[in-house]
Amino acid sequence: MTEVMSHFNYLVVVVLMMIGFYIVISGSNLVKKVVGLSIFQVSVFLLYISMGKIIGGTAPILDDRFTVYSNPLPHVLILTAIVVGVATTALAGALIVRINEAYGSIEEDEIYRQDGDA
Amino acid sequence: MTLFPAVVEAHLAVLLIVVPLIAAPLCSLLRRESLAWIFAAAVSVVCLALAVAILGQVMANGPIAYEMGGWASPWGIEFRIDRLNAFVLVIVSAIAAVVMWYAHGSVRAEIGGDQQPHYYTLYLLCLTGLLGVTATGDAFNLFVFLEISSLSSYVLISLGAGRDRRALTAAFTYLVMGTIGATFYVIGIGLLYMVTGTLNMADLAVRLAPLADNTTVLAGFAFIMVGLSLKLALFPLHLWLPNAYTYAPSAVTAFLAATATKVAVYVLLRFLFTVFGTDYLFEELTLNGFLLPLAVIAMFIPSLVAIFQTNIKRMLAYSSVAQLGYMVLGLSFASITGVTATVIHLFNHAVTKGGLFMALGAVLLRTGGVSLQNMAGLGRQMPLTMAAFVVGGFSLIGVPTTVGFISKWYLILAALEDGRWPIAFLILASSLLAVIYIWRVVEVAYFQPALEGRKIEEAPLSYLIPTWLLIGASLYFGVDATYTLEVAGSAAAHLMGNGG
Repeated sequence: MTEVMSHFNYLVVVVLMMIGFYIVISGSNLVKKVVGLSIFQVSVFLLYISMGKIIGGTAPILDDRFTVYSNPLPHVLILTAIVVGVATTALAGALIVRINEAYGSIEEDEIYRQDGDA
Repeated sequence: MTLFPAVVEAHLAVLLIVVPLIAAPLCSLLRRESLAWIFAAAVSVVCLALAVAILGQVMANGPIAYEMGGWASPWGIEFRIDRLNAFVLVIVSAIAAVVMWYAHGSVRAEIGGDQQPHYYTLYLLCLTGLLGVTATGDAFNLFVFLEISSLSSYVLISLGAGRDRRALTAAFTYLVMGTIGATFYVIGIGLLYMVTGTLNMADLAVRLAPLADNTTVLAGFAFIMVGLSLKLALFPLHLWLPNAYTYAPSAVTAFLAATATKVAVYVLLRFLFTVFGTDYLFEELTLNGFLLPLAVIAMFIPSLVAIFQTNIKRMLAYSSVAQLGYMVLGLSFASITGVTATVIHLFNHAVTKGGLFMALGAVLLRTGGVSLQNMAGLGRQMPLTMAAFVVGGFSLIGVPTTVGFISKWYLILAALEDGRWPIAFLILASSLLAVIYIWRVVEVAYFQPALEGRKIEEAPLSYLIPTWLLIGASLYFGVDATYTLEVAGSAAAHLMGNGG
């Protein structure tokens, strides 16, 4: 049990990743797909943050009182990845708005049906 | 030979990225489309000059290692340019400069309105991303550039919505698939970082060497491979590509088909041979037992699908998937000849496909569509455009005196060197499929009468000159491949030397 609990973060990562991935594959509503995609990306953020964290570690501040630091690099990397994720979600949202204007629907089957007739 | 003053010469690597990156937002401030075009065209020519200067420097003095902001290399971000990426940088920036000439007329005809300055902004951003991916020596930095190029290419594809609303769904599908690919890549890099504590590719290579059978490293490798395969549209993961290429504006298709997937192939080469090294992957894991069948299937099935397409743009898109199969086939031999074949095919396919898609853009301009019926009788009505299409088609097939022949020749050499003569036979057989799909177009264009009462003029010079520049290059380097072969061969030797 302690084995499982010590990897608790990573279990959450895997579960979130699978949930997100499943929504992307199975969802037929475009907004839900984007939500799934975001969950999928967020699980990776969690993976990076977990690996940099040391229990009891503080921020890397140069001071005699602190000796245990968390690794700041993965956290900084994820800051970049979050920005990329926001840009992706925003762009996907903009595309969905355009798709809704063009088709009057954001359901995948409906869109394919319309294109099949066209 | 120095093109630039010494100060510039010392910072070439970073200027190549910074110039288009700063130019992109400036471009969006120019509200007049011709101003935006002149500005973007000038920037792309500057990029080409910088890339050529870099290739000259690398060929003369060996690899460039540029430390960003003066931070020493395993800690700071490093740009490391050897012969392989210098060659890819020249391919990307040359295609970008040629397509930019073409873009002026084609963007006005296909996108139009006030979206045109935005097109040039995104084009420059996409160029920045592609050049950055190629130049960087830092695995995470690569992800950032990859996303810059991907996000801008999603928008570029969706700009085709003015003509066909399916461009929107194609862009959305590409966005979902591309993001999954990029996220897989990030997971892989994260796992490697957990084990090695470094993101610098050269440093990763050193630290990974004794860790080859570590499970975390292998998981990381698998994630990176799948992520990159999605980006480069390796056969079963290619589903985003045909729609994206079909519904994007012609200039975008020509640019992306010639550069984006090529850059992904370069990244795959870099990871397989520089970062992971061939010994373990190919000998213990027998990775080629996995890549080789995929590449062979990729040569056949998309070619078969291409034969049945009536939309010629979609036909060429499937043909691109097949051509990517050849590239992966070359590298899966893990020999110097095989990698040479892959690298030279990067160049050869870029000029051929770029030219073909541009010729199709001209057909679209004059006939209003790119389906097979639109091509009827065009051989006489648009002789120069169709001649370009036929020469490009020959190059896809691999007819001697075209670049396609050089690629196939080296692929077959690599297969025979490896003692796999059935593969050599399959390469020839798959070329026959290309004969079929190119012949369908030739037959309709040259042997069918033109549609009644349809008056069609030859395409304007702004279309013809860039098209023939690329098609001419595919003939020139098909006859005299000395220089391209020297660069590709030495790049491959260098790559294998590092990895093995």
